[in-house]
Amino acid sequence: MAKAAEEKAKAVTTVNSKKGEKFRRFLLDSKKTWQLYLFCVIPLAYLLIFNYYPMFGVQIAFKSYTASKGIWGSQWVGLKHFKTFFTSYQFSRTIINTLRISVYSLLTGFPLAIVFALMLNLVRNARIKKWIQTITYVPHFISTIVIVGIIFQLFNPVTGVYGYIYRIFNPGEYPVDLFTKADVFPHMYIWSGIWQQLGWSSIIYIAALAGVDPELHEAAEIDGANRWQRIWTIDLPAILPTASIMLILRFGSIMSVGYEKVYLMQNDLNLVKSEVISTYIYKVGLKSATTFSYGTAIGLFNSVINCTLLVLVNWIAGRFGEGGTSLW
Amino acid sequence: MVSTKTAEKAILKRNRIKDPWQDKLLYAIVGIFFAVFVILVLYPIIFVISASFSSGAALNAGQVILWPVDPGLHGYEAVFSHKYVLSGYRNTIFYTIVGTAIGVSVTFTAAYPLTRRDFPARRFMMVLCTITMFFGGGLVPFYILMVNLKFINTIWAMLIPGALSVYNMILVRTNIMSNIPNELLEAAQIDGCSDTRYFFEIVLPLSKAVIAVITLYTAVGHWNSYFNAMIFLRDKNLFPLQLILREILVSSRIDLSEIEDADLLAALVGLENLLKYSLIVVSSVPIICVYPFIQKYFIKGVMIGSLKG
Repeated sequence: MAKAAEEKAKAVTTVNSKKGEKFRRFLLDSKKTWQLYLFCVIPLAYLLIFNYYPMFGVQIAFKSYTASKGIWGSQWVGLKHFKTFFTSYQFSRTIINTLRISVYSLLTGFPLAIVFALMLNLVRNARIKKWIQTITYVPHFISTIVIVGIIFQLFNPVTGVYGYIYRIFNPGEYPVDLFTKADVFPHMYIWSGIWQQLGWSSIIYIAALAGVDPELHEAAEIDGANRWQRIWTIDLPAILPTASIMLILRFGSIMSVGYEKVYLMQNDLNLVKSEVISTYIYKVGLKSATTFSYGTAIGLFNSVINCTLLVLVNWIAGRFGEGGTSLW
Repeated sequence: MVSTKTAEKAILKRNRIKDPWQDKLLYAIVGIFFAVFVILVLYPIIFVISASFSSGAALNAGQVILWPVDPGLHGYEAVFSHKYVLSGYRNTIFYTIVGTAIGVSVTFTAAYPLTRRDFPARRFMMVLCTITMFFGGGLVPFYILMVNLKFINTIWAMLIPGALSVYNMILVRTNIMSNIPNELLEAAQIDGCSDTRYFFEIVLPLSKAVIAVITLYTAVGHWNSYFNAMIFLRDKNLFPLQLILREILVSSRIDLSEIEDADLLAALVGLENLLKYSLIVVSSVPIICVYPFIQKYFIKGVMIGSLKG
């Protein structure tokens, strides 16, 4: 008995000394690398102020924020703002509009980028290939405001190219202004996005294709495989891991559509189809200090869904895909 | 008589493995697709440039299709006599240069300690950074923060927030860790090199490519962004170019009283379209002109980013 107790005591002390050892080591390492701590001061301040302070400010979603009382002092109101949002007509409208835009873009932009990369891989003249890349990447660098401005100008029913083409077929008449038609908004938004980003979004797949061993193609060619067959059996499998990671990311962000471009393309007539969660938060949340809490609540609701989606999709991908498709 | 050379060529041609007809079809499809797509991409760009050099009357009549009609520089005269376009241009250049300098410095200072395997707080800092990639306060709490910091309507709102991009930081960290061997650090330490000196004399000079990538990304981001300016700035004299562009291009509110030349003003009534096209060109020229030369760095950036996963 005594022996057992003794051993136990010994074990405890070794654990303690191990802990002490670890701590001493930490101090020693820290002393050696003290300059690195100085490097961390500014970034740490940045993280705390610009990332963690707003996170801590999220609590006003459950409060009735007033500027005079601040984040701490404002009154708790529980789930009031969430209830207001869930019962508002904007709830289903913004969610459906957000989903419509992101699913539409997932179904078009995502496969098209892959097709674009596969096709570019078929261009045999290296110089032409380079030119195509250079030209199709250009729109990526044009600012959103300019892109939207160009769309407005081109599709202007009187002075734009759209009006011009319409008048060729219907002389003397003017077409309808497409921006007054809510139904046109999603198409306009998505296809202008594809115009701008298709080349750029295919870079990552082009890189994956560049990694394919040319001997694979030679061997397949000698075995009599034509180019179509080689796309299916060599090129596509080479892209697949990248594509599945991109797909996971896309699914994870399916409930978030950025406000930058949508906000610029909105007008009173297309709001039915163009009001998405992020633009709604901006409009309703920043209007005055009294709506801060409401805006924060919608934002919190949205980011909880986004986070859950990302984890969920990644988990599903990890279960069904072979190792390596998961994000972490 | 057939010369030996052409005969040789004919034999070579006959003996080459011929593309099966399916392949020919495929290459034809690819050729047509890229021809169409390249035209689609180029057409709006050429149109805008041509329109900006045309006359306002031709534009309003919808006569400009591909090439300039009644060429002239009236649009550009209008742009450069617009009070806020010039101040916007100046502000954008200032925000881009200073903002990029701050952003790149903070990103690299943050990344360096995290590349050091012997840094005890490394894990803690990494966790702190990773969390911010999943959760965020959202727009409204961020706005409240800016109000509390008294950044509203000051240039600090354009320069300070967002300087530390965690995504870029991790990109830099991964790049440094995979490119600079640990032996270099050990050798430097044996020679008595301090951690700070190692950063400035070894890490930075060896990271030129990634510095270029991050600088370009940040600079283009600053040049093209408008949303923060729209939320945080009230004073039109502080507005960056993009925000001025928004008023003119998107909201279609051209305040002709802001054009200071009276003669020009008279000529300009009704020429808003021209002004818009010239503005588009003037605001995009710096990036489009520099782009072909720095393209490889951007592409490199995408590659480095994709290796992270």
